[in-house]
Amino acid sequence: MRHHLILRVVTKLLIGSIMIFALYVQFHGDYSPGGGFQAGVIMAVGFIIYGVVFSLEDVQRVFPPWLVHKLAALGVLLYAGTGIVSLFLGYSYLDYTALSPHHPVHGQHYGIILVELGVGITVTGVMVTIYYAFTSRTPIMDDEAW
Amino acid sequence: MTAFAVVRTQSLFATAMLSGVFSLLSALLLVTLDAVDVAFTEAAVGAGISTVLMLGTLALTSRFERPPSHSPVIPLFVVLVTGAALVYGTLDMPNFGDPNAPAQTHVAPDYIGRSPHEIDVPNIVTAILASYRGFDTLGETAVVFTAGVGVLLLISGLRRRRRKEKEDV
Repeated sequence: MRHHLILRVVTKLLIGSIMIFALYVQFHGDYSPGGGFQAGVIMAVGFIIYGVVFSLEDVQRVFPPWLVHKLAALGVLLYAGTGIVSLFLGYSYLDYTALSPHHPVHGQHYGIILVELGVGITVTGVMVTIYYAFTSRTPIMDDEAW
Repeated sequence: MTAFAVVRTQSLFATAMLSGVFSLLSALLLVTLDAVDVAFTEAAVGAGISTVLMLGTLALTSRFERPPSHSPVIPLFVVLVTGAALVYGTLDMPNFGDPNAPAQTHVAPDYIGRSPHEIDVPNIVTAILASYRGFDTLGETAVVFTAGVGVLLLISGLRRRRRKEKEDV
C-alpha cells in the first residue's frame, strides 16, 4: 500500500494511541472494563495495523517472529509462575495472599496485576503469531485486485 | 439484516466486512445488556482481529464464492430445525433482569458480597476472573497459547516444506 499516503500518515498517528490505550486497558483493568485479554488484543491490533498498512517486513523488523513466539510462551509462564511462587511461599496454588501475607488485599492486587499481565502478553503474542502465519504465505493477488 | 446480507452476497470481501459489522452490532447489544467487558472483547476480537484474519485468508484463496454444487434445501432445513430448537430453549429462560434467575442466586451474590473486602477491586469481573476463577483463566490462557502453537505448526510447517520442494526442483 505504498501509494496510500493518507492511510500511512493516519496509521502512524494512531498506532501510538492504540498502544497507550492497550496499556491503559491492561493496567486499569481493575477499575474499568477490560483486562489482560482485551489489552492483549488491542496491543496486537497495533502491530497488525502496522503490518497491514506498511508491510510484513516492516512489522517483523520491529517485532521479530522469534520474539513474538517467546512472548506468547512467557505470558503463560508468568501466570503459572505466580501460582508456583505462592506454592513455594506456603499457600495454595494461585493464592495471591502469599504475595503480601500481612495485607491480603494488597496481595490480591499484585496477583491480579501479574496474572493479567501474563494473559495480556500471551494474547498479544498469539494474535501476532497467527497474523504472521497467515500473511507470510505468498498471496495470490496484489493490491490492485481489491 | 447484516446476517442476511452476509448470506446473500457473493463477494467474500463484502462478507468479511459485513461480519465485522455484525460483530460491532452484537457488541452494542452486549453494552445494552450491561456486559461491558464482553462487549469490549467482541468489538476488539470480532470486529478487529477476525476481520483482518479473514482478509488475510482471502488474500490466500479466491475472492468470490463458487456457486453451490448441490441444492440448498437440506442445509436450510437443518438450520431451521436448529434455530427452532434454540428459540424453543429460550422460552424456558428466566426474564431479563429477573432477580430469582439461577444465575443471580447461585454464586453471584457471594462474589459480589465478598469481593469488596477480600479483593477490593472495583471491577468485580476482573476480581472473579483473576482471583476466584484463577484456575479457569490459567486454563484459558493455556488454550490461547495452544491455539497459537497449533496455527504455527500447521501453517508455517507447510511453508517450510514447500520451500524445500522448490529447492529440490
